[in-house]
Amino acid sequence: MKILIVDDFSTMRRIIKNLLRDLGFTNTDEADDGNTALPMLKNGHYDFLVTDWNMPGMSGFDLLKAVRADESLKNLPVLMVTAEAKRDQIVAAAQAGVNGYVVKPFTAAVLKEKIEKIFERIQ
Amino acid sequence: MSDSKHTQRGLDPEVTQKLQEQTSRLVESVNGGDFAQAMTIINELSEVRDQSLYQEVGRLTRSLHEAIRNFQIDPRNAEQKEALSKMSDASDRLAYVVQMTGQAANRTMDLVEESMPVAHAIRDEAVSLKDEWQRLRRREIEPAEFRELYARIDAFFGTLGSDSDNLYKNLSEILLAQDFQDLTGQVIQKVTALVKEVEENLLGLVVMASHVDQLTGTVHQIEEKEESAEKGVGPQIKAAERDDVVSGQDGVDDLLSSLGF
Repeated sequence: MKILIVDDFSTMRRIIKNLLRDLGFTNTDEADDGNTALPMLKNGHYDFLVTDWNMPGMSGFDLLKAVRADESLKNLPVLMVTAEAKRDQIVAAAQAGVNGYVVKPFTAAVLKEKIEKIFERIQ
Repeated sequence: MSDSKHTQRGLDPEVTQKLQEQTSRLVESVNGGDFAQAMTIINELSEVRDQSLYQEVGRLTRSLHEAIRNFQIDPRNAEQKEALSKMSDASDRLAYVVQMTGQAANRTMDLVEESMPVAHAIRDEAVSLKDEWQRLRRREIEPAEFRELYARIDAFFGTLGSDSDNLYKNLSEILLAQDFQDLTGQVIQKVTALVKEVEENLLGLVVMASHVDQLTGTVHQIEEKEESAEKGVGPQIKAAERDDVVSGQDGVDDLLSSLGF
């Protein structure tokens, strides 16, 4: 299972990376916004994308839309981990095809639950 | 600006009195058919307007000077110039907060990442020794195996002591790494005080500008700038008091399940 973590703050990437490792996912890469993430996704054969929303350059929401619009990536499971908590935004993310939405600050248990739920649904 | 009270406060009583007198004279002249007189009065009227405008501009200039002094960025004052513009200082201070919190987070995570394998190793060895110990109690162990177990237990007690010391040391360092809260808290409080001061001074400037607008009859068309939810707006402060924002993960889950997620 190869996972890409996208967040503009390196500390948050590190936290998510650690939590994922505790869940048994050790093969992770990092990107700091959508612009760096998209080419990595296109060439890297990732199985799962964890992304923040608010980032300089390309936002996580735009990244989600780009992923869904790309023929080779459109089925990639996407988990949004973000401080964005407006109802409109959550609805927009759901309509754009997000697979899970975790709002910051979050706990390890919540992240685990959402990830498991996503894989349950896919299998 | 349509507020009548505000309008009265904005104009000098002297000016309003003159306006009233001249307007009634103007009406009289027009009604009486004396158009030459009416034109003169109109000229006088515009003079009154100009004069009070000059007065207001003068007042505005003085207040502006005052406000600039309050901002402490008077470029002619060498001392203050040296003390740096407070505004750029504020962004330096906030950059310092970002740097300090980043350092603390990384230091903490370094220590946690260092400690986790130690805790794991202790647990693994304890579990394995416990199994052997149970076998010993059930007298299932050969003398050679016992000698090996004896040595392992000895070594385990040795490493347990030093590992616990290491874990304790890491935990106290994690504790110390939280001292950023004190330092960043002080910095943020100072910046908050500055923002409040700037806010008050700006408000003063807005009030002054509105006086000038009243005198000149200027109406501004200000387009409302809306935050782009698509780009992201960042953490919501006071989420519990707002309807358009969820207050936590439960709120997200409820909303998504209502959409059939």
